[in-house]
Amino acid sequence: MESTILKTINFNAYFGENRVVKEVNIEIPKNNVIAVMGPSGCGKTTFLRCINRMHELIEGTSTSGTMLLNNEDIYSMHPILVRHKIGMVFQRPNPFPNLSIYDNVIAGYKLNGMKISKPDRDAIVEHSLQKASLWNEVKESLNKKGTFLSGGQQQRLCIARAIAMEPDVLLLDEPTSALDPISTSSIEVLMQELKKNYTLVVVTHNMQQAARVSDKTAFFYLGELIEYDITKNMFTNPKDTRTQNYITGRFS
Amino acid sequence: MKPNIPYRLGKSRFFKGLIIVLSVLCTVPLFIILIYILKEGFSKISWHFLVNMPKPVGETGGGIANALVGSLLIVFYAALIAIPLGVMCGIYLSENRNTRLANWTRLSVDVLQGTPSIVMGIVVYFWVVKPFHTFSALSGSIALAIMMLPIVVRSTEETLKLLPDTLKEAGLALGLPYHKVILRIILPCGISGILSGVILAVARIAGETAPLLFTAFGNPYFSTNIFKPMQSLPLLIFNYATSAYEDWHDLAWGAALILLIWVLLLNIITKIITRKWRVQF
Amino acid sequence: MREISSITNMMNVWKAVKIKRSVKQIRAEKFFRASLVLISLSILVIVIAFLFTLVVQSLPSIKALGFGFLIGKTWDPVHNIYGTYPFLLGTLLTSFLALIISIPFSFATAIFLGEYYPRGWFSDFLKNAIELIAAVPSVIYGFWGLFVLVPIVRSLELKIGVTPYGIGIFAASLILTIMIIPYAASLGREMVRMVPSSLKEAAYSLGATRYEVIRDVILPYSRSGLLAGVLLSLGRALGETMAVTMVIGNTSVIPNSIFAPGNTMASVIANEFTEAASSLYLSALIEIGLVLFLVTVVINMIGKRIIKRFTTE
Repeated sequence: MESTILKTINFNAYFGENRVVKEVNIEIPKNNVIAVMGPSGCGKTTFLRCINRMHELIEGTSTSGTMLLNNEDIYSMHPILVRHKIGMVFQRPNPFPNLSIYDNVIAGYKLNGMKISKPDRDAIVEHSLQKASLWNEVKESLNKKGTFLSGGQQQRLCIARAIAMEPDVLLLDEPTSALDPISTSSIEVLMQELKKNYTLVVVTHNMQQAARVSDKTAFFYLGELIEYDITKNMFTNPKDTRTQNYITGRFS
Repeated sequence: MKPNIPYRLGKSRFFKGLIIVLSVLCTVPLFIILIYILKEGFSKISWHFLVNMPKPVGETGGGIANALVGSLLIVFYAALIAIPLGVMCGIYLSENRNTRLANWTRLSVDVLQGTPSIVMGIVVYFWVVKPFHTFSALSGSIALAIMMLPIVVRSTEETLKLLPDTLKEAGLALGLPYHKVILRIILPCGISGILSGVILAVARIAGETAPLLFTAFGNPYFSTNIFKPMQSLPLLIFNYATSAYEDWHDLAWGAALILLIWVLLLNIITKIITRKWRVQF
Repeated sequence: MREISSITNMMNVWKAVKIKRSVKQIRAEKFFRASLVLISLSILVIVIAFLFTLVVQSLPSIKALGFGFLIGKTWDPVHNIYGTYPFLLGTLLTSFLALIISIPFSFATAIFLGEYYPRGWFSDFLKNAIELIAAVPSVIYGFWGLFVLVPIVRSLELKIGVTPYGIGIFAASLILTIMIIPYAASLGREMVRMVPSSLKEAAYSLGATRYEVIRDVILPYSRSGLLAGVLLSLGRALGETMAVTMVIGNTSVIPNSIFAPGNTMASVIANEFTEAASSLYLSALIEIGLVLFLVTVVINMIGKRIIKRFTTE
C-alpha cells in the first residue's frame, strides 16, 4: 500500500469573491507522477500554486479547507518552510540571469546564507545536475551564466535547482509547453527517473503527455476535481462523461 | 481639387530645412560654451592649481584644493544618505503598485522633483543650520540628498518594474525569504538601471549651488569637518566669478572646467553602464 | 564523486539546518518589509515637513503684510517695506520670454528627433547634445553668461540706444532660453514618436505632404504631450536661481524695460537671505520661497498629470 504524501480535504481557492477551485479532495501517493489536466481556466494551475502557497502571493486571494503534507497542515506552517519541502518548476524556464549555472543550482542554500564547504557544495551541484540529466552537458561551463543554454537545458537547470533542496514533492506547471519536442521528451523521460526519489505533480494541458508520463491522473473542470484514477484506467475507461468528452477532444 | 502640388511640396521641403536649421542651432550655444570654458580654464589648471588653497586677494597663484575636497565630501555624504533611502523606496514602489502609501509617496517624490533648489536650501537651513547655530557641510549634504532622492527612487522603480515576475516567483518557490529574493536576485538583476540612476543623480547635484548657499555656505580654508562650513566647486565658482578680482576670476575658470569635466564624465559613465551591464533575459 | 546515499544524507542534514535558520530569516523578512514601509513613509513625511516649515516661517510675514505683499511695488528692507511685485514681474518676464524664444527650438528638435531622424548618427549626436545642455550646471551658464553674453547684450543695447547695462532681464532670459530647451525637446520627442504610424499612413495615402502630415496629424495628436513639455520647461525656468542671479543685475525695483536690471523671486532670496537682519525680513523672503515653491510644484504636477494621461490612453 503506497503511503500518501499529499492530501487535501474540501480544499477551495478564491480570487476575491470568485471561487476557482471547488471542494477538492485528493490523495497523492509517494513516488508517483500525478498529472493534473483539464481545459483552460479549470483551476488546475491555481490548485498547483496552492500546494506550495504561491497562490497567496497575489493580492485578494484566499483559500479554505485543509491541505496536508505528510499529515502536517501546510497552511499552518510558515510559507517559507512549506516551500523548502515542496519545490516548483515553472512554465517558462527561469534560471537566475545574474548567477552562474553552478550558483543557480546551489541558490536555495547560498542565497539563504548557509555556509557549506566547497567539497559539499560541489557534490550537491554535481548530484543535482546528474539527477536532472544535465551534468554532462554543462560540467565544463559551470561558471558561465545560465542564459546561454537552450530552452530544454534551462528547464533542466531549473529542475536541478529545485531538487537540490531535496523536496518531498516537486510541482511542475506545464514544464514543457515552452519547449521543442526533443527537449519535451527528454524532460518526460527525466520525470520517470525523478519519481524514484520524489513525488511529482505535473499540470499539463497536453492530454497525450498526461497519458505518457503519469501514474495517476486528475481531471479538473470548472474548478472541480471531476475524476482521479490510475492513468491507464482514466484514458481507456473514463467514468464521467465530462472526462470522456475531454479525452475524446470534444472540448479542450 | 488638388491645388498646387509643387507649391505644397516646396513648402514641405522648406519646413524640413527650417526644422534642421533650428535643431542644429540648438547645439551651437552648447559648443560655444564648452569651447569657451575649455579655452579659459585650460591654461589655469595645473598640479599647483589642484592642490593649493586660494590665496588672499591681491596675491596671485593659489588653487582650489579646498573646493575640490569639499565637493567630493559633500557629494559623498549626500549619496550615502540618498542611495539607501532612494533604493529602498524604489523597491517599495515597484512591489506595491497601488497601495495608498505607494500613491502618496509617488506624489511626494514628484513634488520633491519639482521643488526649486533654492527652496531646498531654505528649508534645510531651518532644519539643520539654525538649530545647531552653524553652517555645515552636513546640512549641505542633506539638502543635496533630498534633491537626489526623486531621481534615485524613480530610476529604481522603473528598472525593477521591467523585471519579469517569474524571477521573483522562482526565488520565492525555492523557499527564499522575501528580503533575500529582493536583495540577492531582483536588485542584482536591475543593477545597471539603478546604478545609472544613482550616477545621474550624483552628476546632477555635483553642480548644484543654490542649496549650498545657506547650508554648506563655503569656506576659504581647507576643512574636512562635516559639522563646519565647507567650500565646494560650484560655490567657489559663484563667489569668485561675481567678485571684482581678476585672480579670482581665473580660479573660477579653472574650477568651472574641472566641474564641467566631472559632470560630463559621470554622464558618459552612465551611458556605458546602461549598455554594458544590462542583464539580458 | 561521493556515494549517492551519503550525498542524500548530507543534503537532508543541510535541509534540517536550513529549516532551523528559517526562523531567523522569517524575523529578518519582517524587519525588511517594515523598513520598506518606514522609508517610504519618511519620504512622505519629509515633503509634509517641507511645506510645514515654509508656511510656519512665512507666517510672521503673512500676518504682518497680508495681501499687499504680492502687489506691493516697493521692496525696501531698510524701512521694512516688503512688496514683491518687482520679483513676480521679474520671474514672469524672464520665464515667459525664455519660454517663447525656446519653444520653436524645442519643438523643432522634437520633430527632428521624433519624426525626421529617429535613428542615425546625427540623431544620436543631437540627442546627446540636448542631454548635455541639461547636464551643464547652472552656475557655469551664469559664469559664461556674465563674461560673454552680457558684453554682447551691452553692445546690442548701445546700438539700439538703450542704457547699456548688459546685465538685466534680457540677458537672464537669453541664458534661461538655452537652459530650458532640453525639457520641452526631450518630452516632445517622446510624444511625437508615439503618434501611431497608422494615422500618419492614412494621411500619406490621401496625398498629404510630409509637412502637412506633421501639421495636421502629428502635432494635433501630440498636442497635450507637447503642452506638458512646455510646462516642464516653464517649471524649470521659474525655479532657476544661479544663472539668473549672476546676470540679472539684482535690482529690487520694477524694471522699466526688458533691458533693465531686475530680480526674480529666486534671485532675491539667493542674494538677500544671508543678509536678512530682522526676522520680518527673513520671513518675507521665506514667503517668497513659499510662493515660488507652490507655483513651481503646481506647474510641474499639471505637466506630469498630462503626461500620465497621455501615456495611459
